[in-house]
Amino acid sequence: MSTTTEYSAATRTGRISNFVDTRMGVSPMVKEFGRKIFPDHWSFMFGEVALYSFVILLLSGTFLTFFFDPSMAHTTYEGSYKPLYGLEMSVAYASSLDISFDIRGGLFMRQVHHWAALLFVAAMSVHMLRVFFTGAFRRPRELNWVVGCLLLLAGLAAGFTGYSLPDDVLSGNGLRIIDGILKAIPVVGSYISMFLFGGEFPGYAVIGRLYVLHILIVPAAILLLIVVHLFMVVVHKHTQYPGPGRTNDNVVGYPVGPVYAAKAGGFFFIVFGVISLLAGFFTINAIWNYGPYDPSPVQAGTQPDWYIGWFDGALRLMPGVLGDFSFKWDIPFPWGVNSIPLGVLLPMIPVGILMVGMIVWPWIERWVTRDDREHHLLDRPRNAPFRTAAGVAGIIFYCVMWAAASSDLIATHFHMSLNDVLYILRFLYFAGPIIGFIVTRRICLALQRKDREIALHGREAGVIEMTPAGEFRERHEHLSDYELYRLVGFENRRPVPAQPGKDGKVSGLEKQRAKLNKWFYEERVEPVTRDELTAARAHGHHDAVEADHGAHGIDR
Amino acid sequence: MKALAQNRRHPFAGVVLLVLGLLLTGGMYALASTMNQAQAATSGTSYSAQDISEGEKLFNANCATCHGFDAVGTEDGPTLVGVGAASVDFQVGTGRMPMQMQGPQAQKKPAQFNDEQTAQLSAYVASLGAGPAVPEDEYLDTDHEDVNIARGGELFRVNCAMCHNAAAAGGALTRGKFAPGLADVSEKHIYEAMATGPQNMPVFSDANLTPEDKRDVIAFLKTIEANPSPGGAALGSLGPVSEGLFIWTAGLGILIGFMVWLTSRSS
Repeated sequence: MSTTTEYSAATRTGRISNFVDTRMGVSPMVKEFGRKIFPDHWSFMFGEVALYSFVILLLSGTFLTFFFDPSMAHTTYEGSYKPLYGLEMSVAYASSLDISFDIRGGLFMRQVHHWAALLFVAAMSVHMLRVFFTGAFRRPRELNWVVGCLLLLAGLAAGFTGYSLPDDVLSGNGLRIIDGILKAIPVVGSYISMFLFGGEFPGYAVIGRLYVLHILIVPAAILLLIVVHLFMVVVHKHTQYPGPGRTNDNVVGYPVGPVYAAKAGGFFFIVFGVISLLAGFFTINAIWNYGPYDPSPVQAGTQPDWYIGWFDGALRLMPGVLGDFSFKWDIPFPWGVNSIPLGVLLPMIPVGILMVGMIVWPWIERWVTRDDREHHLLDRPRNAPFRTAAGVAGIIFYCVMWAAASSDLIATHFHMSLNDVLYILRFLYFAGPIIGFIVTRRICLALQRKDREIALHGREAGVIEMTPAGEFRERHEHLSDYELYRLVGFENRRPVPAQPGKDGKVSGLEKQRAKLNKWFYEERVEPVTRDELTAARAHGHHDAVEADHGAHGIDR
Repeated sequence: MKALAQNRRHPFAGVVLLVLGLLLTGGMYALASTMNQAQAATSGTSYSAQDISEGEKLFNANCATCHGFDAVGTEDGPTLVGVGAASVDFQVGTGRMPMQMQGPQAQKKPAQFNDEQTAQLSAYVASLGAGPAVPEDEYLDTDHEDVNIARGGELFRVNCAMCHNAAAAGGALTRGKFAPGLADVSEKHIYEAMATGPQNMPVFSDANLTPEDKRDVIAFLKTIEANPSPGGAALGSLGPVSEGLFIWTAGLGILIGFMVWLTSRSS
């Protein structure tokens, strides 16, 4: 007989929980995870939107796989949609049409899937911008930033493979461009294209292959990356915006259980509901308009989904010839002439640079600033003017390419010449990021100066007072300590001059780093110091006493 | 009235007022702009000598400035000898001629001549030289028993969609020229456009697309125009661009609203 009697719960729920707990030992996990604190801020929820969109994609996608047949065999359409009745088409397109017109709820699910895909990538992008501009990628989160970048790229891959499946003219044209880019690669390009398409484009293999990628490999990769991503979030703890009582050593917010779990769970259904409403009321990818794929026609308004747009735009921006200079180079080899179509290859270089730059940015910033400390408090974008400006420059560069993908629609809808739209975008492609960088940096510095001004002298109340001596002055309202914290409690970053290396010499690379670093910080606004604040307050108080106005809100 | 007076300082009062104002002005404009639309039956294809002489008078008064007397053409406008009645009927009937101003291409606008005058002008120009005639009603009848909508759709995608968009929503051409959207274009004008190739459009002669083919194309266009998009609002049928724009504005906008709401009572 043991001296300890086993715990027996009083209620049925209690007994069931106890049964599970004694067999699986869940309670320590729930205890640990349920008490995990997450800070609350609306801008932290874009990642959640992406996650929920992905879940919705899995659910709706599974439904679609029940009915979609990724075969490129020929068939004659005999479904309900009359404008296509009797046409010869691939089985893939016919089954997509059947999903849209002959399977109950099929069109709705297709639209849910497609809207969720657009939202998935959009939410990931905004989430990334939030992380970038608040500096949340700094140590210890550099690797998680890389995982996030890979997730975005995997999202693009998932989107593009899915876009190509219905085998209508639109998706076929997308594949044709991929085929063209592949074939532009010198020497091996045509082999790679033949390998992908199982022969000459379009062949009979590519949709089956893309289907496997789309429903198996890419989602599995995304799922794996999401697990790693979330695991790292738990390990690192969530970042938080600076505020009174928030330090690099704590996290202020709600625990997961019950508040945060309830909010997050409810938010899933909100996202699902919004996507369902979009899918119910707004057409997306009207495949019945485009018709069965045929390599000969290209239709006006042929564009990829938004996240592939910048590739398309980069190609549209690139001229084929510049005056008499052709970007197609014919290079004679002993075995014959090889053509190098630079008009296709060159635009892919900045696209690649932008992608690689995005992935390695945490290391670039760490190297330039020599800042290798842990950061759990976020930056206000204005307090990191160089990073903010660089980010805006990147956004403009991206957006110019993105806009170029819709150059034809910009031309028709704003009554402009298509050529002029392209000329303007070509100019912005080079000048836009530079102008954006300079303007953003100026704005950030100006905002910092304004913060400083407000911290020291308070807000202009718009009330003009006359002293008994006849002097006019404007009343200033001072901030509460709570508000003040936000304005003064940021890190003062100073330039780090070139440091000698281990051998006691300053290397050339280090000199370059110091130069960049100076560029980062040469103009900066120092946060208000305690002394300055005391002095300003004393001055303000003095004024107030002179004015003999003890009105509430002025000084303390 | 009391409720109205009480709520006049409500935060949404301004918004409501704005919406009401917009609705009122928009409604009045829509009413005014449809009131003057001419409604008349298509005239026959045979023209009397009277038509031709009336047409000549109209031509000399309105068209000869650019196209010259006897329509031989000037520096400002091409000769119209041999363009046929169909061409005149299209250009004048859709308001493209007389042209508002020289530009990349003549724009559609409210027709300046009524149907009788248009027919007289057509008669005059047709009398100057043989050309495509105004189509017979048989080829405009989209309910005809021989009509095959699916075939018309295929012909449209192969021949027309590269400029006019797969859903006939229109598209851009070079240097400010464009292919217009084809919604609300009458059967006759679609036929005439195919037969005569106005502005930058190529000519689809009867050897290229037979009158029956043209009828199929028209029937397809009228079918997709009459039937609303099966998936809900079509967002202009412009494809992925409008879809992308929509998810970034409406989709993310609504969700950000929810995010702000969910975190509004936070620590």
